[in-house]
Amino acid sequence: MKKFLSKITLPALAFTMALFVSGILVAISDSKVLALKSSPLSMLAEAFSTAGSAYWALFRGSIFDPELAKANFIEGFYPLSETIVAASPLILTGLSVALAFKAGLFNIGAQGQFIAGAIGASFVGFHFELPIVIHSIAAIAAALVCAGLYGGFVGFLKARTGAHEVIVTIMLNYVAGYFLLWILSTSPFLRPGRQDPLAPEVRMSSRLPHLFGSELRANLGFFIALLAAVGIWWLLNRSTWGFKFRAVGANAAASKTAGISVGRSTTTVMFIAGALAGLGGAVQILGSEPALTAGVGGTFGFDAITVALLGRGTPLGTVFAALLFGALRAGGLTMQASTETPLDLILVIQALVVLFIAAPALIKAIFRLKNVDEGEALASKGWNG
Amino acid sequence: MSTQEVRALSAPERRRRRGIITMGGLGLFALAVFAILPKEGQPVTYSFVLGDEWILIKEWIVNSKSAALGFAIASLLAVVLATLQFKAGKTVRLASAIFAVSFLMSFLSWAAAGKFIPFTGLLQGGLLLSVPLIFGAMAGVLSERSGVINIAIEGQLLAGAFVSGVLASLLHNNWLGLLFAPIAGALISLLLAVFAIKYGIDQVVLGFVLNVLVIGLTSFLYKKLLIPYQSEWNSAIAFNPINIPILSKIPVIGPILFSQSIIVYLMYVVVAFIHIALFKSKWGLRTRAVGEHPTAAESVGIDVNKIRFKNVLWAGAVAGLGGAFFTLGAVGSFSKEMTAGKGFIALAALIFGRWSPLGAVAAALIFGFADNLQGLLTITGTPIPSEFMLMAPYIATIIAVSGFVGRVRAPAADGIAYKRGGGSH
Amino acid sequence: MSLELRGITKRFGALTANDSIDLKVESGEIHAILGENGAGKSTLMNIVYGLLSPDEGTISVDGKVIDIESPLDALAAGIGMVHQHFMLIPVFTVAENIVLGHEKVKGPGFLDLETARQEIKRVSAEFNFDVDPDALVEDLPVGIQQRVEIIRALIYDAKVLILDEPTAVLTPQETDELLRNMKKLRDQGTAIVFITHKLREVKIAADKITIIRRGAVVGTASPSASQEELASLMVGRPVSLDVKKAAPKLGQVMLKVENLNIHDHTGRTLVKNISFELRAGEVLAVAGVQGNGQSELAEAIVGLQEHIDGRITLDGEEIKVGRVRDALHAGIAFVPESREEDGLISSFSIEENLILDLHDLPPFAKGPVISQNAVAENASKRVVEFDIRAQSPKDAASSLSGGNKQKVVLARELSRPVKLVVASQPTRGLDVGSIEFVHERMIAERDSGRGVLLFSTELDEVIALADRIAVMYRGEFIAVVPADTSREELGLLMAGVKR
Repeated sequence: MKKFLSKITLPALAFTMALFVSGILVAISDSKVLALKSSPLSMLAEAFSTAGSAYWALFRGSIFDPELAKANFIEGFYPLSETIVAASPLILTGLSVALAFKAGLFNIGAQGQFIAGAIGASFVGFHFELPIVIHSIAAIAAALVCAGLYGGFVGFLKARTGAHEVIVTIMLNYVAGYFLLWILSTSPFLRPGRQDPLAPEVRMSSRLPHLFGSELRANLGFFIALLAAVGIWWLLNRSTWGFKFRAVGANAAASKTAGISVGRSTTTVMFIAGALAGLGGAVQILGSEPALTAGVGGTFGFDAITVALLGRGTPLGTVFAALLFGALRAGGLTMQASTETPLDLILVIQALVVLFIAAPALIKAIFRLKNVDEGEALASKGWNG
Repeated sequence: MSTQEVRALSAPERRRRRGIITMGGLGLFALAVFAILPKEGQPVTYSFVLGDEWILIKEWIVNSKSAALGFAIASLLAVVLATLQFKAGKTVRLASAIFAVSFLMSFLSWAAAGKFIPFTGLLQGGLLLSVPLIFGAMAGVLSERSGVINIAIEGQLLAGAFVSGVLASLLHNNWLGLLFAPIAGALISLLLAVFAIKYGIDQVVLGFVLNVLVIGLTSFLYKKLLIPYQSEWNSAIAFNPINIPILSKIPVIGPILFSQSIIVYLMYVVVAFIHIALFKSKWGLRTRAVGEHPTAAESVGIDVNKIRFKNVLWAGAVAGLGGAFFTLGAVGSFSKEMTAGKGFIALAALIFGRWSPLGAVAAALIFGFADNLQGLLTITGTPIPSEFMLMAPYIATIIAVSGFVGRVRAPAADGIAYKRGGGSH
Repeated sequence: MSLELRGITKRFGALTANDSIDLKVESGEIHAILGENGAGKSTLMNIVYGLLSPDEGTISVDGKVIDIESPLDALAAGIGMVHQHFMLIPVFTVAENIVLGHEKVKGPGFLDLETARQEIKRVSAEFNFDVDPDALVEDLPVGIQQRVEIIRALIYDAKVLILDEPTAVLTPQETDELLRNMKKLRDQGTAIVFITHKLREVKIAADKITIIRRGAVVGTASPSASQEELASLMVGRPVSLDVKKAAPKLGQVMLKVENLNIHDHTGRTLVKNISFELRAGEVLAVAGVQGNGQSELAEAIVGLQEHIDGRITLDGEEIKVGRVRDALHAGIAFVPESREEDGLISSFSIEENLILDLHDLPPFAKGPVISQNAVAENASKRVVEFDIRAQSPKDAASSLSGGNKQKVVLARELSRPVKLVVASQPTRGLDVGSIEFVHERMIAERDSGRGVLLFSTELDEVIALADRIAVMYRGEFIAVVPADTSREELGLLMAGVKR
């Protein structure tokens, strides 16, 4: 228990700090607060109430909404269901980044891989007619293959030519984005009679079943994501493959000397990482957003990195971090709608959380802490590493 | 080496040979697809006049098929030249440049069959699109040559764009806006410097997070303040172009280079200054030293982290200034995420240009030109989807880092935090 | 000028690297600091040179206490240093390296290299150094790079010159020349601090000897003391400098290398046309100055070098490029040159390090699953057998001392069915106790009928262990000679002089 506490102290404090700083931002950018420049006290009060109401909306939008619960108690959990919906792809993309981290690779390409997976799942989902279950599995398999290859290509390139995965994945994100734009303009992906970049919805037979009835959007994707997390934990900590991945990540030269093929590990890891992100894309398409659009990738790739960092690169941590960010996303929409606080605040909160997490020394200095588990340091290897 | 004539070519030689073979393949491709395959030629009009410069040649009308053929043959001749140079053990840089221009012209003649191409305008627009890339790449040079990876270029550009646009609007003074752009970029750099140098955090992760932070902050404020109070907060007007007397009258080159806004002229100064200073000054020697081998630099009494700190701040300032181009140099007002990934293309240009200032400028110009060409061709309509044209710089970068073009080598200590006494190797 | 240290103490966590050290060095003397690896010599000198700051103690020059917070202060006080790992920037020219930190400018801030060029030529001529100011450092042999460091110290007018293990990278003849130059400098009035663990050199060059053991000064000696006396002072117990071994019982030819060439990725040839055979029950030692292709040859034998041509066979089976795993399982034990970089994964536990190469084979793997029990069992056996001193096999390998790290590598490599042991600099940086352990183990391997291919830059080690000696120079086996070849002749061969 004590160990657990010391492990979560830092993320918890980082999150609190991030909320605090963002709260200040919300308050000082508010016109009502700014209008009270002349009387500092009432300005402070207004600032508190502005930030407070924004965060209250954030909570209402992500966990439990008393207003909705009045009619039907279960309905009150609609926001929690939305959190789960938002978190499912985040868990998967976060795992993608976290797995690569453990193997010494920085996968910035979750965005592109997510898009590749979404394209694959979408195409199989709307183009073919298959029985239920089989249709879902086929669509997921298509996503895994498309995204796996898209990620594996990066690993292969690194193994063969030494091309740095950070650069290649950044570039491939843009390539995937433009490819998506292009494919949405081709005839198979155009809805009959329409010209805008919007693919047909995937067939009902391919969709993932809802978990808590049709009213709540939470679906099987969440379990798929949890299952993937368990699988990655097992892979890393109990299997011979995981041993190789971790060995290469910790010291590629020594692994090579001990007869482990670094290139094969790099390629395999990037394939799996790509497949995980692609699975995220599939869960998004088959679970909650049945039509492929140009914006399907959203900020999943960015979020994946912040999720993996906040989760300290472990599967369990990633699940919790993804739930937290899922809550922020779901709540952010409510916050935007009801308090006119732009959704972009979520990005600020996320970035701040990671900044504070990444610099334990800073948090320790602010809170005068001594015994905090700092986790594994993210030591940089540089461009040539 | 002397005893080993019989053995296979060295790796760089093999790479160069691979490059020449690739060029040969592309040349043949151009010959077949651009020149021979089209059934009939159509006239292409290249116009060389933009404004009131002295006129050397007004326009050039050619048959698309024969122009494509001519340039394809020129590109193949360049391949022959490259092969001869290679055999003679010389570099193939000049031949590669001739090839690139000929290939592009062959492509253009094919793609623009039956159309009007404002050639000078194409180049001028290309230069404009590469301005932020060049500023960004210079920020990369400053930071990475001293050993700190700068992925935050995007954020620095965006911060510069936001602050310059907003301040110019609030203060009704573009010059003040322009003055504060570098300060905004430097503030982002300050975060990068503190976290990367003081706390030794992974610089790639950090740069990435800073980008998210700036995107979040500017988008938040944009929606919260700039949209509702547009007339007050977001109504800056761009700088007017300044014609430099006489120089701007030179045919073709004049309007491209010397009829631009103040920010472009500042760019010339920044590039020239960085290039000369990096290789000829005391500061440059020290910068390169701490980027290559910080422990050695420390051992002769150089404060490694101080130099890195300063360089990272300057890098932010340069990128911030480049950010002002998006607002004050182009459209005046700010819009959400208006840098649209240009910071990452600048990073690509930096790598493509092998961390050298002039190389990065050349890469940025190519990317900017390709971007503009893409825009033009989308309007005039071409056989190639515009999305694929847009992908080109990214794919080119992947090819570059994969070693098909040449060995790309970052400064040895780039990205590795330096701890005093502990060393970094 | 004199340099005096009083009560210098430096701690790294629980470890006291320097414990209240007093030392006085006068101008016009060569003062040797003798101590085995890990005794704290380099830490002390890094403090004097301002790269580390002491926890306690003072440094004074000419009786005046000075503060040395950075190398700048040391240089200003007239202290220069030739580092064990050269502090030169490979992609810079000699002149650029030398002006770095002391740049002169002309005009509007342009770098002035001309003055430096003249200075380099002057010093270079005085000491017959033959250094070209415009050569790129990365193109220079290590011996010349060391001269660049010496020139730098002299140009900045060092009155106290610290040389940290300067002979490690030199041939015996180059060593003699360096020692002569040190004496020349001494006679010109420079104070020289000579850090070393080599007894012979101390006896030749030193005027005074201070011995350091486990971070503390344990005594002084005069150069007339015998090597045995110095060694026992250095180690703290009587040390036998010889390795006991019986005559070899030679078996079949086991390793065969034919016309081997190795290139680096730029196409430079690192190993040229090497052919040799190694029999079972034999130690073939490859001697040579560091950087003459030994590391690459060692790596090539287990398939770690990419660009090779020629043939390497073990009992008739060819070792293929990149097939490291096959080579190891064919019966090669490989002890890499750098334990930290290639031998171990520091963040992995000791027990994980012990199965790095066997983790996916039974009994450690059952299908795709690693058996935690088998891993633990293996570790507890090896820890006893190889006397690995660790708190727990679950601790990270980084917590071990250098000697124990090497034992982990040996334990892993020698616990497979092994026919051939390839050991690259197996005792580099180890304390004398661990060196003895490694030496005994190598001879034991030989006596049990395995072939041993030993790479070492330490001539003493080569002479002590070898049944045959191959000398490597610029990528070639310049000669293969019997074990009783004289030190002088080996030295000449190491410098590329064939008789």
